Amino acid sequence: MVQMTMISAIQNAHDLAMEKDDRVVVYGEDVGFFGGVFRCTAGLQEKYGKNRCFDAPISENGIVGSAIGMAAYGLKPVIEIQFADYMYPAYDQIVSEAARIRHRSNGDFTCPMVIRMPCGGGIFGGQTHSQSPEALLTHVAGLKTVMPSNPVDAKGLLLAAIEDPDPVVFLEPKRLYNGPFDGHHEKPIVSWGKHELGAVEEDYYITPLGKAAIRRSGEAVTILSYGTMVYVAEAAVEETGVDAEIIDLRTLVPLDLETIETSIKKTGRCVIVHEATKTSGFGAELAALVQEDLFYHLEAPVARVTGWDTPYPHAQEWDYFPSPQRLGQKIIETLEG
Amino acid sequence: MAEQASSYPEIAPLKLHVPEPGCRPGDTPDFSEFEIPRAGAVPKPELDASADDMLDLAFSIIRVLNKEGEAVGPWADDLSPDDLKQGLRHMMLLRAYDTRMMTAQRQGKTSFYMQHRGEEAVSCAFQVALQKGDMNFPTYRQAGLLIAGGYPMEKMMNQIYSNEADPLHGRQMPVLFSAKDYGFFSISGNLGTQYIQAVGWAMASAIRHDSKIAAAWVGDGATAEGDIHSAMVFASTYKAPIVMNIVNNQWAISTFQGIARGGAGTFASRGHGFGIPSVRVDGNDYLAVYAVAKWAALRARSGFGPTIIEYVTYRAGGHSSSDDPSAYRGSAEGAAWPLGDPIERLKQHLITLDAWTEERHVQAEAEVMDEVKTIQKQAEAIGTLTSGHPPSGRDMFEGVYETMPPHLVRQRREAGY
Repeated sequence: MVQMTMISAIQNAHDLAMEKDDRVVVYGEDVGFFGGVFRCTAGLQEKYGKNRCFDAPISENGIVGSAIGMAAYGLKPVIEIQFADYMYPAYDQIVSEAARIRHRSNGDFTCPMVIRMPCGGGIFGGQTHSQSPEALLTHVAGLKTVMPSNPVDAKGLLLAAIEDPDPVVFLEPKRLYNGPFDGHHEKPIVSWGKHELGAVEEDYYITPLGKAAIRRSGEAVTILSYGTMVYVAEAAVEETGVDAEIIDLRTLVPLDLETIETSIKKTGRCVIVHEATKTSGFGAELAALVQEDLFYHLEAPVARVTGWDTPYPHAQEWDYFPSPQRLGQKIIETLEG
Repeated sequence: MAEQASSYPEIAPLKLHVPEPGCRPGDTPDFSEFEIPRAGAVPKPELDASADDMLDLAFSIIRVLNKEGEAVGPWADDLSPDDLKQGLRHMMLLRAYDTRMMTAQRQGKTSFYMQHRGEEAVSCAFQVALQKGDMNFPTYRQAGLLIAGGYPMEKMMNQIYSNEADPLHGRQMPVLFSAKDYGFFSISGNLGTQYIQAVGWAMASAIRHDSKIAAAWVGDGATAEGDIHSAMVFASTYKAPIVMNIVNNQWAISTFQGIARGGAGTFASRGHGFGIPSVRVDGNDYLAVYAVAKWAALRARSGFGPTIIEYVTYRAGGHSSSDDPSAYRGSAEGAAWPLGDPIERLKQHLITLDAWTEERHVQAEAEVMDEVKTIQKQAEAIGTLTSGHPPSGRDMFEGVYETMPPHLVRQRREAGY
C-alpha cells in the first residue's frame, strides 16, 4: 500500500496499463511532455516514448475522432479532454460515432477507448471549467459512464475502463484530485478531512464497472451519490446524526440496480444528491427508476438535492453545489414525510 | 472617436454575399469558364515532393485520357488492357446495380437508395490502387470500393433490403455498408465524421510500425464540417499515412459546391494551409484516378504522409431516391458536363487499344445487367423491407455493448424477446 492522491492513482493506472498492454496509447492536450495540466499523465512520455504518449492539437473533436479510428484499428487509446466542459466540440464523435460503431457495424468494428474528463466545480472554474455533464453521456446508448470518488476506486475503475471492450467516459471530480478536502475553499465540510482513502495497492487490480459501493450502512434512508457528493453525503449524515445508508454509485451506466433496490427495500426512503443541474439530471433517472421498481416499498417521496438550473457560477460556487446542510435538511424532510 | 470616424470615406451599407451557381432550372448550362487543362499537361511530382513543390497541382486537373481516347502524359500508368477491361466491368456493374436498386426503391422494396451515376470511376479506380489490409473510411457514394474490391453484391442488396441476411441486421439505413475484411469502414449518416477517424486509424498503423494506410472520403459539401479541419490538422501534424479524398461532384443536395468552398480557389487548395501536398484530378477519367490514387497511396506507404486529392466530377443523378434535382439545377447540365461520362471514356480508350468494340460493349451491358438481375432475385427471395422475414426485434438489443448490461436485458424482455 502506498498513499496516493486521486491524481497519482490515475497516473499509476495509466502506467500499469501501458506496461501491461502495448496497445494502450495516451494522448490529449498537454498530456505528453508536460504530463497534463492536472499531472495525471506525468512521466508517461518519458517512460513509454512519444510513440505511445503525445501532445495533441487543441481540438477535442480531433482527439476523440482520431481515437475512434485508433480503436477501430485495434489500439486502446486513453485520451484526455482537459476539462469536461470542453467535450462539446467532440460530442458528435462521442455520441454518434464512438457509442454506435459496434452496433451499427454488427461488431465488424468496435471502439474500446477511454475518454477521461476532469469534471465538477470547487476550483473557481466558472461556467466553463466546472460542469458535470454525466446526464448528457448516460442518455447515450452504447456508452459507459464512470465517476470515482476516491483514489482506490479511481485506479481500479480506470484499469477496468481501459480493459473494457466498449467506449467508457471516465469523469474525474477535480475537487477530489488532491485528496478528500475542499480545494481552494476555506469553508471545510465537517468530516471532509477524516478519510484515509489514499492507501492504494501498488499492483494491478480491477474495480469492476457496474458495481456500486456502500460507503455507510444504515436503516433510516438511502442516499444515492457519486463523485464529490459522496463526501457531502457523509458530512450531512454526520451533522444530522441520521442512520442513513450511503451508496456511491461509481458507475452510472451500467447502473448497479441491485444494490440500490436492496438498500431502498430496507430503508423505504431515498434521497439523491448530485452536483449537476437538476432538470433532466441523472437524479431524475434515478428517481424514476426507484419509483418504477420500488413504489410500494417507499414511505416518502424520493427527494433530490442538486446544483441549481443555472450556468455554473464563478464566485458563488459555495452557493451552487449541494452542501451538507442542504442535503441534511432534505434528509430530515424525507424522514418526516 | 467621432473625429476619427469622420475621416472615413462615405461607404454604402454592407450586403451579404451569397454565391449562386451558373445554372438554375430553365437556364442553359455554360461551362465555358471551367478551365480544363489538356490531357497529359500536368507534371507528375516525385513521391517525396513537398506541398510547396507542387502548389499548382491544387489548381489544375490531372488528366490522362484525351479527346481521342488515348492515354497520354506523365500520369499514364501501367494498367494492362485486361486491367482496364476489369475496371470497365466494375463501373458497369455499379451502374447496373444502381439502376436496379433505384427501381427497387420506387417499387417500395426498400426505403431509400443513393446512386453513383457519373462518379463510377472515382471509387472503382481508387480501390484498385489499394492493398489488402488498407482501410477506406467512405461516405455513401463509394459503393464502387466494394464492387471493385470483390465484396459480394448480394450482401449489399441484403443490406439495402434489410432482410434476414442483412449483415447489419436491419440496424442501418440502406447503403450505409460496413465490411472490415474488404477495407470498408462502417458508414455514418453524420457527414464528415469519418475523416478524422481515418486519420486516427492511419496514426495507429504508424504507431504499430505497420505498412497499412487509410483512405478518407468526403464530398464537397461536407468539407464545411469541422471534422475535416480537425482531420487536416492531425494528418499534417503527425504525417499520418493517409490519402484524403474530396469528391467534388458539384452538388450537395441542392447546394452548389461554391457554398461550401467559400473564397478558396479549389477544395484541394485548402491543403496548402496545412502543408499537405494537394492535387486535383479528372474524376471521370479512370486512368487518371487510378494513377493519382496509386501515387498518393505509395506516398503514404513510404512514410511521406498525407495527400489531398480533389476529384472533379459531376453527380449525374439525384442526391438520393428522395431528391428531385430538376427543382434546383438545369436539366441539361449533366449532359453538358465537359468531362464526359467515365464509362463511355474508358470504353473509347479500350477501343483505341483494339481491346474492345462497340458490339462487345452492348453485349457486355446485357451480360452485366443479367448478372445483377440474377443476384437481385436471390436477395429478394430472402426478403425485402416490405416482404419476407425482417430481422428479429431481438437484434436491435444485441451489440449495443459487447456484453448486454442488466438494464438492456430488462428492456429486451419487456419488448418480448
